[in-house]
Amino acid sequence: MQWKTADYAGWGRARSARGTLARPERVPALAKALGARGPAIGNRRSYGDGPLNAGGAAIEMTRMDRLLSFDADTGVLEVEAGATLGALLRLFAPRGWMPAVLPGTGFATVGGAIANDVHGKNHHNAGSFGQHVLAVTLMTEAGPREVTPEGNPGLFRATMGGLGQTGAILSARLQLKPIPGQRMRVVETRIPDFDAFIAALEASTAEFAVGWVDATAKRKRLGRGILEEGELVEGTRPGLPRRAKSVPLDAPGLALSWPVVKMFNRWYLWRVPDTGRKRTRPLDEFFFPLDAIHDWNRLYGKKGFHQFQCVVPRDAAPALRDILATIAKAGVASPLAVLKRMGPGRAGHLSFPMEGYTLAVDMPARKAKVPALYARLEDMVQAAGGRIYLAKDGLARPETVAALYPELDAWHAEVAKADPEGHNLTDLVRRLKLRSAA
Amino acid sequence: MSETWIILGASSSIARAFARKLAERGDGVILAGRDTADLDRDAADARVRGAPLAETIRFDARDPATFAPLVARMAACEGTVSAAVFVGSMPAQSEIDADPALIDGVVTDNFTGPARVLQMLAPLMEERGGGTVVGVGSVAGDRGRIGNYVYGAAKAGFATYLSGLRNRLTRAGGHVVTVKPGFTDTAMTWGIEGMFLVAPPDKVAGDILRAVEKKRNVIYTPVFWLGIMSIIRAIPEPIFKKLSI
Repeated sequence: MQWKTADYAGWGRARSARGTLARPERVPALAKALGARGPAIGNRRSYGDGPLNAGGAAIEMTRMDRLLSFDADTGVLEVEAGATLGALLRLFAPRGWMPAVLPGTGFATVGGAIANDVHGKNHHNAGSFGQHVLAVTLMTEAGPREVTPEGNPGLFRATMGGLGQTGAILSARLQLKPIPGQRMRVVETRIPDFDAFIAALEASTAEFAVGWVDATAKRKRLGRGILEEGELVEGTRPGLPRRAKSVPLDAPGLALSWPVVKMFNRWYLWRVPDTGRKRTRPLDEFFFPLDAIHDWNRLYGKKGFHQFQCVVPRDAAPALRDILATIAKAGVASPLAVLKRMGPGRAGHLSFPMEGYTLAVDMPARKAKVPALYARLEDMVQAAGGRIYLAKDGLARPETVAALYPELDAWHAEVAKADPEGHNLTDLVRRLKLRSAA
Repeated sequence: MSETWIILGASSSIARAFARKLAERGDGVILAGRDTADLDRDAADARVRGAPLAETIRFDARDPATFAPLVARMAACEGTVSAAVFVGSMPAQSEIDADPALIDGVVTDNFTGPARVLQMLAPLMEERGGGTVVGVGSVAGDRGRIGNYVYGAAKAGFATYLSGLRNRLTRAGGHVVTVKPGFTDTAMTWGIEGMFLVAPPDKVAGDILRAVEKKRNVIYTPVFWLGIMSIIRAIPEPIFKKLSI
């Protein structure tokens, strides 16, 4: 059967939609499904309403996941958009290659990684996902059309981080990164507070770096956490392949309540001794720590959660400290917040990254104060000259987003050419009025 | 020694997952189906995953003219020759009730079409003294149910055929695995109401490969369907005929 009617949601589950879904497995079936006029969606690892089209159609690309060619000398891989990055890591790491940029989950698809121009723990030196895309093939009514940065720079830029609005991505040609082995040497260091964290991120020379922040700690302890630095090293994959555990039920609302989260965060910090620790870990465990628990989003209960992720310019670190302090003071529980340094690398008009620091915090949707808090944080981000990550967003206001993304008009002009009738609209694009820009 | 598989109905969700596993363990695959243009992408996928040989060839269970070229292609392969059958179609029982002529197509797709190919391939396998046949039936073939009995009857016929073929090929060093998947999350079942305990195709394909390696005769996948079908088969007919399960 081609279509089914279903309720479906973004990863945070606070935003959901009822609509018709197709999941084609062959190119002709995909072409037919696209005739129903809906956006292509991936594995729905965007947190908010980016992968939703309430009341309309959406085309799940997860079964269009074939590897089309691979050059073992150059590391150039052509792959269909529904392939997950975790699958690519599993297949190519033993051959000495990996995707050049990996986000925090291996369940994200290639198409989703492009549509959100995702970043990873090496953004400060590798840039964003779209910067390693050599070509992308879009499905058009006239058939597949290859778009390259050289041949059609405008459309290519509008597609990288373009939220799927330039058309369904059928496949992409990726430049993989050569790796010495399947191991990551990881150094974990306890960090006492926010300023020390910024200093440590600045001082780090590691290829991969990520900070886990205790977003429940206030005052003197504000911004305390663990800095994790990783370097690729030789050797086969240590340990057994991971067997993911799953969360069988929606957790009751209290599972991630404030006291529980405080305890968890304290335990998470104290695992790492004062003097730090060094470990050698398999790549998937380093890159995708939360994938060990399938459906961990259910831990937030039925109402789900929002994630707030922003980036501020390098000289606005004090503003980011205020943002973190505002979150900590609001007492919205979040087990682990993530703090990272970002480089300038970005591939599209609507790409999130800018040189500076990025902070991501989960907020349970059952807390009534979350929307007001989010709005306040938006204003703080705007005042700091930063940006909010649309891949995570389910709450931002159109005015702020228009101000945060100065290239919106340029993007809009390309999208209007590629999809003049608005077949690819999603709930996020409608909510943020991205396609109605001047 | 190299092993080459012909996959009949290679576009099906389970076939695709199975072909990937074969490719990753270094077997050659010849992908047979109607949409060879799209199958070319699956062949490319198999090559990237490690298949020393990956080709496509046209096969239509309802077009016997496509059968002989398949057998000729396999005869041209060196080493062990194996076959896996994933062909099938499942129109709703209500459509069949409205147009009984559909029965011919269902029986051809699920039983006689693939059986004719296997019958033509059997002498080659005997001559080479080995090889495996994987035949995918269905739990629906274990008992005729009101909602699905034409499809079930065709699958039952195919299962009985496979049992006989096993008897024959075993004498020549070959082996036949009959696979009975329960509900699987495929393009064929997408959007069908009332499905439960739905297994991903990759899980089913993994079970099939393990059955091939262990030379199992008949498997249910996932394995709990053995329990479910044992109960359903044990219900006496006077009671079963009144049930609508």
